[in-house]
Amino acid sequence: MAIIVGVIIGALILLTFIIFFGIYNSLVRLRNQVRNSWSQIDVQLKRRHDLIPNLIETAKGYMKHERETLEAVTNARSAAVAASGKGVGQQAKAEGDLSGFLSKFFALAENYPDLKANQNFLALHEELTSTENKISFARQFYNDSVMNMNNKVQMFPSNIVASMTGFRAQEFFEIELKAEREVPKVSFS
Amino acid sequence: MFEQIRANKIKSLWLIVSIGAVLLAMGYFLGAAFLDSGISGIVLATIVWVIMNLIAYYAGDSIFLGMARAKKIQKKDHPQLFNIVEEMVIASGLPKMPDIYIIDDPAPNAFATGRNPYKSAVAVTSGLLRMLNRDELQGVIAHELGHIKNRDILLMIIAGVTVGAIVLIAKWMWYLLILGGGGRSSRRSSGGGGGGGAAILILVALVFMILAPIFSRLMYFALSRRREYLADASSALYTRYPEGLASALDKISSSTHVLASANDATAPMYIINPLHKAGLKASDLSSTHPSTSERIKILRTMGNSAAFATYDRAYRKVHGGSGGVIPAGTLKGAAGLVQSRAAAVEEKRPPAVEKVERARDVTDLVERLNKYTALACQCGTAFRVPPDYKGKAIKCPRCGRDNPIPGR
Repeated sequence: MAIIVGVIIGALILLTFIIFFGIYNSLVRLRNQVRNSWSQIDVQLKRRHDLIPNLIETAKGYMKHERETLEAVTNARSAAVAASGKGVGQQAKAEGDLSGFLSKFFALAENYPDLKANQNFLALHEELTSTENKISFARQFYNDSVMNMNNKVQMFPSNIVASMTGFRAQEFFEIELKAEREVPKVSFS
Repeated sequence: MFEQIRANKIKSLWLIVSIGAVLLAMGYFLGAAFLDSGISGIVLATIVWVIMNLIAYYAGDSIFLGMARAKKIQKKDHPQLFNIVEEMVIASGLPKMPDIYIIDDPAPNAFATGRNPYKSAVAVTSGLLRMLNRDELQGVIAHELGHIKNRDILLMIIAGVTVGAIVLIAKWMWYLLILGGGGRSSRRSSGGGGGGGAAILILVALVFMILAPIFSRLMYFALSRRREYLADASSALYTRYPEGLASALDKISSSTHVLASANDATAPMYIINPLHKAGLKASDLSSTHPSTSERIKILRTMGNSAAFATYDRAYRKVHGGSGGVIPAGTLKGAAGLVQSRAAAVEEKRPPAVEKVERARDVTDLVERLNKYTALACQCGTAFRVPPDYKGKAIKCPRCGRDNPIPGR
């Protein structure tokens, strides 16, 4: 009798361990996915930072009367470069500002037919448009990954394993800035 | 995502299993009737099937791409197409960028193939590139990457190969029946009794030889149709813009071109059935794809959410039944409401101008791939010479000056 009870208890303990490590492994997998998707955003943001000086250089000759806009883009880029690595929230804000100024710049560029006929500008335009898209798709995937991870961290029974092994809910990458939501206004002042 | 893949596997498994069962049953009856042993028939069918599957697993994608006469391109050949694929790879979270191929054909179409998400390929026709704008092309590419992500590519290859094995074995048996007919009947008669049983067996075998290829093909098509809906839903989810794919399907289905390099076996792999004219009803069982008008209607019913659940609801609304099309496991794992986005800010160039530029880009690309020689005449005219032009020099079409062709 004692043997049977012992076996049952032993089996239960074993089962608990298996479940525990199963949950633990899935948490690790989710955390890796979150990190991986964050690094994807990072790659695209860096790519954008690298493209902007070329763009400004190409546009300078054509857009002589738009110095303010060009400077604003350059400054926003510097601010975004400085903000990288300073946490999700701050970086999101700086990058959101940069996106706003960039779309303003492209709206202005529409008024310069010579610039728009420049092959170099066209290629850079496509690259930047695509990089913008990639940033938003990477953000989309990152946020989906964060949501999966947070669900796991906060829901029973995986929340027990998460709190015991130090998994925390992750921060969403949200750009809630007017600049990105609104259609850029073109001003001729 | 993982739930989605698992649910897919289970949902589609029975179709694969039943196609396999048809193969084995056919092997048994053909063996019993013509080889005097059902088991040896099964063994023979299995051997054929395994060999075909091994070939398909290791070389299926290159065979298929070769059959479609697809050519691999690099980023510099078409930066926009590459960028769009890169965007969708990020959105879908695929671990590796697929190879990109171009098929030089005016019929707009696309397909995905490969073994798994680590080894995959996407092919589009030059006609597709000419016809679609950026948002639409993105929708189509997202649909193809959906096939890769949902593991449809290997599933369709295996299903296709099994159907191929059934067709092949049935064909062999016909030859055997026609060529060896005399010998077999003499052996049977020398055996004496049991003639009635043998006759029934032969009858069953004949029925299998006629019906098995048809039935297995129908099951293959049923499988293919399910996967099309799921890939459409994936496209909406990745792009967050169902209208892109809807408008692309609209344009593609209005084309009257027929893809020259497609055939019966490869047809289910394409985004739109390359062999049939537009507007086929979904109730047509032999159709490899759901009717395009229905697919468009579902995408346009989705409104401002791009989630799987929304697609499922839209499907039920359009289809008018209680059964959904997205596996339950997928719905459980997916987020409730996913806000879809607005159309990308379009260039302010008139669409006609954009279309001309796009057409020129694609023509350039295709001629480069086909190894045309680019020449620039002194009068400022630029033109290309096809590789099969034999002369050493060619007259400029504008000024009539003789231009030597380099390397001849």
